[in-house]
Amino acid sequence: MSTVSYQPALEPRESYINIAYTVKSWLFTLDHKRIAILYLIAITVFFFIGGVFATLIRLELMTPEGDLVSDDTYNKLFTLHGVVMIFFFLIPSIPATMGNFVLPLMLGARDLAFPRLNLLSWYIFMIGGTLSLTAAITGGVDTGWTFYTPYSSVFSNSRVVLTVLGVFVTGFSSILTGLNFVITIHTMRAPGLTWSRLPLFVWAMYATSVIMLLGTPVVAIAVALVGAERIFHLGIFNPALGGDPVLFQHLFWFYSHPAVYIMILPAMGVISEVVTCFSRKNIFGYAFIAASSLAIAFIGFLVWGHHMFVSTQSIYGGMIFSFLSYMVAIPSAIKVFNWTATLYKGSISFHAPMLYAGGFIGLFTMGGLTGLFLAALGVDVHVHHTYFIVAHFHYIMVGGAVMAYMAAIHYWWPKITGRLYTEWLARISAVIIFLGFNLTFFPQFLLGYLGMPRRYHVYPPEFQVLNVMSTAGASILAVGYVIPLIYLTWSLWHGKAAGPNPWKATGLEWQTPSPPPTNNFEEIPVVTGPPYQYHLEEVPFAPSKSEPGAPV
Amino acid sequence: MHQASPSLAHQFEDAAQQKEASILGMWAFLATELMFFGGALTAFVIYRSFYSVDFAEASREHMNIPLGTANTAILLCSSLTVAMGVHFAKHGERRKLILMLLATIGLAIAFLCVKATEYYLEYRHELVPGVNFRYPPPHDAQPERLTASPPHVELFFSFYFFLTGLHALHMIIGVGIFAFITFRAWRGRFTAEYYNPVEVSGLYWHFVDLVWIFLFPLLYLLH
Repeated sequence: MSTVSYQPALEPRESYINIAYTVKSWLFTLDHKRIAILYLIAITVFFFIGGVFATLIRLELMTPEGDLVSDDTYNKLFTLHGVVMIFFFLIPSIPATMGNFVLPLMLGARDLAFPRLNLLSWYIFMIGGTLSLTAAITGGVDTGWTFYTPYSSVFSNSRVVLTVLGVFVTGFSSILTGLNFVITIHTMRAPGLTWSRLPLFVWAMYATSVIMLLGTPVVAIAVALVGAERIFHLGIFNPALGGDPVLFQHLFWFYSHPAVYIMILPAMGVISEVVTCFSRKNIFGYAFIAASSLAIAFIGFLVWGHHMFVSTQSIYGGMIFSFLSYMVAIPSAIKVFNWTATLYKGSISFHAPMLYAGGFIGLFTMGGLTGLFLAALGVDVHVHHTYFIVAHFHYIMVGGAVMAYMAAIHYWWPKITGRLYTEWLARISAVIIFLGFNLTFFPQFLLGYLGMPRRYHVYPPEFQVLNVMSTAGASILAVGYVIPLIYLTWSLWHGKAAGPNPWKATGLEWQTPSPPPTNNFEEIPVVTGPPYQYHLEEVPFAPSKSEPGAPV
Repeated sequence: MHQASPSLAHQFEDAAQQKEASILGMWAFLATELMFFGGALTAFVIYRSFYSVDFAEASREHMNIPLGTANTAILLCSSLTVAMGVHFAKHGERRKLILMLLATIGLAIAFLCVKATEYYLEYRHELVPGVNFRYPPPHDAQPERLTASPPHVELFFSFYFFLTGLHALHMIIGVGIFAFITFRAWRGRFTAEYYNPVEVSGLYWHFVDLVWIFLFPLLYLLH
């Protein structure tokens, strides 16, 4: 782990990285920054595992015949792709890594409110991940990531119990992270940092954490009931024994729809930070962006029924859920319009984080608009269970959440490591990811609209051209994800020293040296004004004087 | 850095901030717990309305109201002892605090013993789904009065064991927490200025108590 050492030109300074190098000092650390790194390593591994499953799916779908894998294996592949990517990558991605690292810094705090709980949540996450991966290795699971009953509880003969146990356990890591963030934001703000001066990333993390706190326990109880049903042969969701399988869908989606907002709200927070920094302009409509995060979190709890338009839900229930789903578009659109207005007449520079942010805004808009198609009852019946929905949620999840995750990594990498990455490589890979992404998933909209159902490993030959395009796009996308892995790792040893504030950004995290000392700040800063004062001539937060050699 | 008392964790500026964080933290955790039990209770209530006659029979004929009432009384007393413990902690009365904590642990164990007795009786009557469920129970004196559909009664008992088992698990965790708190109180770790752990675990205990206040009427009394 002795990754970063200072260049001789710089005065040696104690940071959270060079304070100790032993494995023990990492595995028993209570420092939020080190725990963030632990998460970063773990979820990167999960991301590439999930990516391998995706690659195999795309390879199978190159040809209309089922020639690479059997139907059973294919079921396991898309299930494991979903389980790993959703529960072990997307949900913890921005909150547990960037949130963990940056949130206390943004608040001017020395750590999160409960450092031990923070470390515990990482261990819980690793135990959950290990359980689910063990299930994957020892036979896999074929229910789809949604674990619909009674298939999961009665009929499937794959490793359902072990997988849902992993999901159940990981849920507690998510709950504890959310709890830690909520309490930290409430009680640990620096003097002068009022609610209306909080960075928008903090607002987004707050809304996310509330969903984690209130939504996750419900899916925990739902999968616990599935586990109990499977182990003790109960009839809780089994219609043959008086149970109601649709009840499982209600309990499952009560969490799993808000879980989409657990993935996208932190992403929106990142975009708010990046767009304003690289436009050198105060954010447009601060209060509206902050409030729209809370509005999305709130309305997000009331829309789960739109997953069940064709699952015996009453037509009136469907109409209400359809209407409420449309409501989510309002706060989402508020954000997109405000980011666009922030760009207007700004001094825009296209550094790598900004390229990702631009990609996010475009792709998220497409994902959001196709979400409206799906929220419409009539259209949903037509495109339900087709590739249209697959394309839609990948535009939100990959085009939205992963793009913003990449933006966040590139934006805060200099702060985390004290090093700059190779900018031109970063820009190239951002463009490759954008192109590869669109080539992968845009054809899937067409496929879905033409009627190709999801979750099949064979398909009629007339769909092959679009499927080959999608697979070609996926291989470009894979290249785009591997390049950052290489140059970011390279920069740990060879990158130029970043200095405290390479982007000349506002925000308390840029007021302390990079990488920050264990205590975050030599002195707790005092906040005197609102965030994002980029329109003033000089950034009001002068870089810390303790580190010489800050680059221009 | 901080020249404060050893009970102040490094990330906090002062004791007031630490206290606010720990109490707010427990309330947030209880909100999570509420949703946790809430999901299961919702499922139960839905089936209660689907199969109201059969569930009523299961509850009327097979729930042991005297034992359930005794447990309710025991649990309410334990909430009182916890509240008194917090009161004594606030006034720095270490001996009385330890006494109250031990009383709480004793009452909690009494509750668990009564609950175990109930489980044993239900096992004897062959009413445990997944283990030995048969309906009407083969040793019942007047099986002709039991007309409910067996799968629905099994559903009732599935929820009965799931909900009370989950509650009992929280009780066992609570006993562990209070054992630890008692040990720390005995070592003199709490003062009139610093007793956050006592107060926070007290909040947890009141919540566990409150869950039972919902479970008892729903499972035992709703005929």
